[in-house]
Amino acid sequence: MSNIETFNLTKKFNGITAVDNLNIKVEEEEIFGLLGPNGAGKTTTLSMLCTIVKPTSGKALVNGFDIIKKAEDVRKSIGIVFQDPSLDNRLTARENLQTHAALYDVPEDIAEDKIDELLNLVELNERANDLVKTFSGGMKRRLEIARGLIHMPKVLFLDEPTLGLDPQTREHIWNYIEKVCDEEKITVIITTHYMDEAERLCNRIGIIDHGKIVAIGKPREMIDQIGNEIVTLRIDDISKADKFRSLDFVKNIMVSSVVNLVVENGSESIPKIFEFANKNDIKILSLETHNPTLNDVFLHYVGGDIREEKSSGKDTMKLRLKLRDRI
Amino acid sequence: MSRFRSIRILWLREIKTHIRDRPRVISSIVRSLLWLLIFGSGLGAARFVGLNINYQTFLFPGVIAMSLLFTSMHSGISVIWDREFGFLKEILVSPTKRSSILLGKVFGGSTIAVFEGIIILLFSFVIGVNLTVYSAIVSIVIMVLISISLVSIGLIVASVIESFEGFNTIMSFIIMPMFFLSGAVFPLDRIPQWMAPLVYINPLSYGVDALRTVILGISYFSFSLDIILIILFSLATMSLGVRAFKARM
Repeated sequence: MSNIETFNLTKKFNGITAVDNLNIKVEEEEIFGLLGPNGAGKTTTLSMLCTIVKPTSGKALVNGFDIIKKAEDVRKSIGIVFQDPSLDNRLTARENLQTHAALYDVPEDIAEDKIDELLNLVELNERANDLVKTFSGGMKRRLEIARGLIHMPKVLFLDEPTLGLDPQTREHIWNYIEKVCDEEKITVIITTHYMDEAERLCNRIGIIDHGKIVAIGKPREMIDQIGNEIVTLRIDDISKADKFRSLDFVKNIMVSSVVNLVVENGSESIPKIFEFANKNDIKILSLETHNPTLNDVFLHYVGGDIREEKSSGKDTMKLRLKLRDRI
Repeated sequence: MSRFRSIRILWLREIKTHIRDRPRVISSIVRSLLWLLIFGSGLGAARFVGLNINYQTFLFPGVIAMSLLFTSMHSGISVIWDREFGFLKEILVSPTKRSSILLGKVFGGSTIAVFEGIIILLFSFVIGVNLTVYSAIVSIVIMVLISISLVSIGLIVASVIESFEGFNTIMSFIIMPMFFLSGAVFPLDRIPQWMAPLVYINPLSYGVDALRTVILGISYFSFSLDIILIILFSLATMSLGVRAFKARM
């Protein structure tokens, strides 16, 4: 049975299509990654599945419940960890979890056991009675993951779970997510734009761009599809990059600030590339070869252009207040 | 059952987080005491024509109403905090009904405001107002009714206005006229004619009058009119609050 299925799910904001006829299917107990550049529609998709945002058209089933007609049942059956922190800093870790249990109407005796179990799982049991405002970013994230599981959801949504965390903390969070998925037998949907995160955690990924799924599959298979080896060139004039397409051994080309040529055999193609560059008056500044990674898959599908991230005045103020740590 | 439970937990949360914010608790009590002790005795040195009692005594129920007004209205800011720090999202995506969220906040804000009102009430002994057990209890009931309506107004504003600055600006526009036109600081018998309608449409006038009737035995309107209007006003603001929460969140 699939936990999540969408049928031409679409969301428009003021004429801009954020999610465009999306069709995805997520199976039980898998970790599914939704990858995409900033503004690709990841968070909007998640918000619709969590019933926070109403779709413009199309429909979706979460745990068999229609997200429009059965919003309350959907809410009861899912756990959510938002991109931005959503804990009450003035309550203790335990109080935050108890509040959640009451809001989801988990019977009190069951809730208490579950809270202890989850605090252990995310290794916060010794800090259970401390105010959340004394927690580090990583601890808050762990607490939020624990909180999302108190009401025993079948699906856990994680929106950019390691955004802004340091490398060690990220590693920890990944371990917790794997542990949680394994022990609680749940399906996890992650949105991320970190390729290492997706490669590390996800059984399957969907790459989303301009609100559409452009590729879907298992990370390993997607990488294999790209080709055997990638030659990365820095050249004097990037506008000439397209000329490399005419080489017959180049299976694919991805241009960002560098040129990535997908080839069958790296070491054999290097001399040919130099020869071709000389003939076409292209100056090669540097060259290296590597095996393709998910990063290459991503660049292949969404291109290498930089997306402007929009920031409103309110976000800036929020950040400022957070830095000041008012509560 | 589940409805009652989520209201209760949100109510508890309001109280806990308020108590942990010591400076806020202390500053609002101190503000009321400054009015009572300094304004009251300073202005009390002058005499009002036709006022047969000490001005400070006259002011006492007004200061309680003022304390309720400020604390209740400002409790709406908790919605803005919750929104700013993300916790509102946690509440809004839960299966909890919008009306339960509003009621939890109304009762929470109202409990805090009434608690502060009771502290002021205790100062009756300091300034020499004789309070019976009966009048104390009736005063507290009136305080509850008044604060429920005022907290609801604060929450309605907070559901529409999203910034701290905006909220505070709107609040002072509502609070100040309500306070000065309520008869809290001066008797209503000799107000100029143009002011009378403004006093009559101000719901707080009836709250102040009810408190003054119970505590001092001085009244301007009839007591039953006071009580009926206070109850109607609480019900109206609460249901408006529920509608605002449903529409805006």
